[in-house]
This record gives sequence, C-alpha cells and structure tokens, in this order.
Amino acid sequence: MFFENINWSYVLILPLIGGALGGALVLVWWERRLLGFFQDRLGPNRVGWFGILQSLADAIKLITKDDWVPPFGDRALFILAPIIVAGAMLMAYAVLPLGPGLIIADSNIAILWILAMSSLAVYGVLLAGLASNNKYSLLGGLRSAAQMVTYEVFMGLSLLGVVMLTGSFSLRDVVHAQEDMWFCIPQCVGLVIFLIAGLAESHRLPFDLPEAEHELTAGFHTEYSGMKFALIMAAEYLSLILISALIVVLFFGGWLGPKFLPSEFLSGIVWYGLKVLIVINFFILLRAAIPRPRYDQLMSLGWKILLPLSLLNILITGAILLGTQ
Amino acid sequence: MSLSVSLFYISAAVAITTAIMAVTRKNASHALIYLVVTLLSIAVIFFLLGAPFAAALEIVIYAGAIVVLFLFVVMMLNLGRSSVARESQWLRPGMWVLPAILSGVLFIVFGYTVLQTENSAMIEGQVVPPKEVGKALFHKYLLGVELAGVLLLAALVGAFHLGRRYLEERREN
Repeated sequence: MFFENINWSYVLILPLIGGALGGALVLVWWERRLLGFFQDRLGPNRVGWFGILQSLADAIKLITKDDWVPPFGDRALFILAPIIVAGAMLMAYAVLPLGPGLIIADSNIAILWILAMSSLAVYGVLLAGLASNNKYSLLGGLRSAAQMVTYEVFMGLSLLGVVMLTGSFSLRDVVHAQEDMWFCIPQCVGLVIFLIAGLAESHRLPFDLPEAEHELTAGFHTEYSGMKFALIMAAEYLSLILISALIVVLFFGGWLGPKFLPSEFLSGIVWYGLKVLIVINFFILLRAAIPRPRYDQLMSLGWKILLPLSLLNILITGAILLGTQ
Repeated sequence: MSLSVSLFYISAAVAITTAIMAVTRKNASHALIYLVVTLLSIAVIFFLLGAPFAAALEIVIYAGAIVVLFLFVVMMLNLGRSSVARESQWLRPGMWVLPAILSGVLFIVFGYTVLQTENSAMIEGQVVPPKEVGKALFHKYLLGVELAGVLLLAALVGAFHLGRRYLEERREN
C-alpha cells in the first residue's frame, strides 16, 4: 500500500546511479576547465576532446593507487566513512524528479527525505575525521559537524516557505504548483538562504572550511587515498548536483519552461537539464569569485543573520497566505 | 507473511540488536554508530506503521542532529584509549544485574499494556499524510505543542545563561 507509488520506476535506479556518478565525473573536469577560464589559464585540456577524458584518467590513476589505511586510526570506521557519505548522497537521489513523470519514489515526504539523507551524510565526514586519528582530520571533522548542524537548521526552514505555498512535501506537487509563477519570485529570500545553506552543506568553496587546504592540508580526508578518496570526492560532486537540481525543482519550476515560450519549444527534460547546468555553473563561479570566510564569521552569519531571516520569511509567507485565503 | 510484516520483523530485530550493542560497546564512537542504526530501524518501523512523516523526522532530528552533537562532543573531548579502559572497568558483569532486573520489570509492564490496548496502530493500516499530522498537532494537541515550545525556550535561555557567564569570565581574564 505505501509501496504502490513506487512502481515500474525501479527500472530507473541503475541508470540514475550510473548517470549521477558519471555526471560527477564529468563535472570534475568541467569545474576545472571553467575555473581555468575564470582565472585566465587553460585547465586540463590534453586527454581527449578538450580534455574531457581527464576525469577518466584520474579515476584510473586512483583505482591503481595504493589504498592505505592508517594503522594508528580506527580501521572499521575509516572504511565505513566514505561508504556512508556516498551511500547517503545516492539515497537522496531516490526522490529527485528527473522530468515529468520520471521519478523513482514519488514520496509525500520527499523534501524531508532529502534533508534526512544530507544530515546522515554528516556522519561520514565526522567519522572520517575521527577515525583518521590525525589532528588536521579531527579539526576538519569538528568544523564540518558544527557547520552542517548549523546550516541544516535553516536549510530546512528556508524550504518551509515553498512547502507552505505548495501545501505538500512532494517534489512533483512543488513543480506543479509553479505553473503560474516560479517560486524564485515570491520566495526570493528563501532562495538566497537555501543557496547559502546548500553551499555550506556540500562544502563548496566559499564554505569549505572542513577541508580548507591552507590551514588543514585536506581536512577530514587528509589520510584518505585511492578509491576511498575518490568516493569522498564523488560524494561532494553528487551533493553539488543534488543541491543544484533541488534549487531548480524548488525555486525555478523544475521541468517547466518559461511561460512566454510555447510549451512545445523544448521538452521538459531539456529545460530541466539546462537549468541545472546554469545553477552548477553559478556555483563554480562563486568558487572562483568569493574568498573563504573565517570560521567564526561563518557561524555568526548562520545563527545571527540567516536563521532570523528564514524565520521572518516563514512568518511573512504565512501572513500573506492567511490574508489571501 | 506479507512484505511489510517481514520488513517489520527484520527492522525490529536490527533495532534490538543494535540497541544492545550500543549499550555494551566500550568505544564511545562505536556505541554512537550503533545508536544511529537503532534510530534508523525505528524510523523504518514508523514508516511501516503508516507514519512516514514521523519516520522522516526521526531521521532528521534524532539521527541527523542529536546524535551528531553527541559524536561532536566525543570528538571534542578526544576520548582515546584511557576512556576505553575506564569503560571496561565500569562494564563489569556485576554491573548488569540491577539494570537487567529493572528493565525486565519495565518490559513486562510494557508488554502487558500493549496486549491490553485494543486499537493500536497496525502494519498495513492507514497511512497518515504530513498534512493530517499538522492538523492534529495544531488543533487537538495544541496545548502539548505550546508546552513543549515553552520547555524548549526555557532550555535555550538556560543554555544561553550558562554560556554567557563562561564567556564573561573568559573575557575578564
């Protein structure tokens, strides 16, 4: 009975996992190329057409590398940590709509599910820092825990405006509710807060304090090598794609095209892909453009500015909803 | 036995096993990981009982926030071999007798009340959508929600007070 809304779309699981991991692989190359462009240098351009096979070469190198487990650390947790990070990230993709009707589990708690999975991914990072038994890893893990617990709070709160306007936690309903107007207009505050929280949750560069290479070598994954390192990297890019896709679904109308164009102009999946690509490129641009804040600045920005702002957003959205009904 | 019922038994068995492991581990971080698995399997049981909203909140709040803070403290104190040694001193066989008796009594009482109750939630019963949970919380159980809110506010103010005194002392030195 609660399994009845999960049907033939089981077929999608394997292509989705393959597509997401492949997308993460291509994204590593794309980010390096784009950063090269922003910073007026070349970036990887030797392997294959415009260097597109660079990630594949890197992957082969990582597979053949010595997979070293530090003898001074906690062996079981050290191996478990990358599995948790990547597993939780892939689980979150289960409720993500890929196009009209293309969704593995159309759940009525989809938004909560994604929040739950991204909060489970914290364990991977924490355990990686703890199990490495290395002061840089420990500091990175601690920073990551505090940062993610902080930003999770108003990541959830910033979404509540969208949930209130839709009246549902289902991502399909959220997209259908945006047929008249994309939520980026009435929920512009929520969008900005979610964008910042998403940056912090996926450890993207302005907020990559858990792995800040200038101070902590590589933070929580200092001791990782070979495929375990590759798994952690893949999870970071998976979460970048996830956050971008979520922003598109929640605030930019998902697979819906702009209203002034005829609906047969481009198909839904193409619109969706284009929008996700634009958001991803925006994230990469942020990485190139904004310097890293200090750790206490990051925390006080979260608790003192973004949290009250997201509560205010909920209050005003609720008042307007109550007034118009 | 249908799929949901067998899933219930599997997750219940996982919950009990991991809860026992969480109590008996000497390494604090291992115990916490077992506790997370316990909470996740309880979330599965909530889901099977037709309460997906409660299941999601179980993961977000308990597994995703509260135990993360526990682990955070374990990491900050940097508990090493000395704490494992201390734990094994505390976890002597004699220590288990009184807690075992007490929880045995509690288990009997609990089992008795569960068997006495007639309209309990059923596996494969009605699914409660999130909207209904919200309506119930803010109509029928409004007083409980308000009281919980006041209690949390009191805890928040208390924590702030303790933290501020610490900060002021540090500033003076």
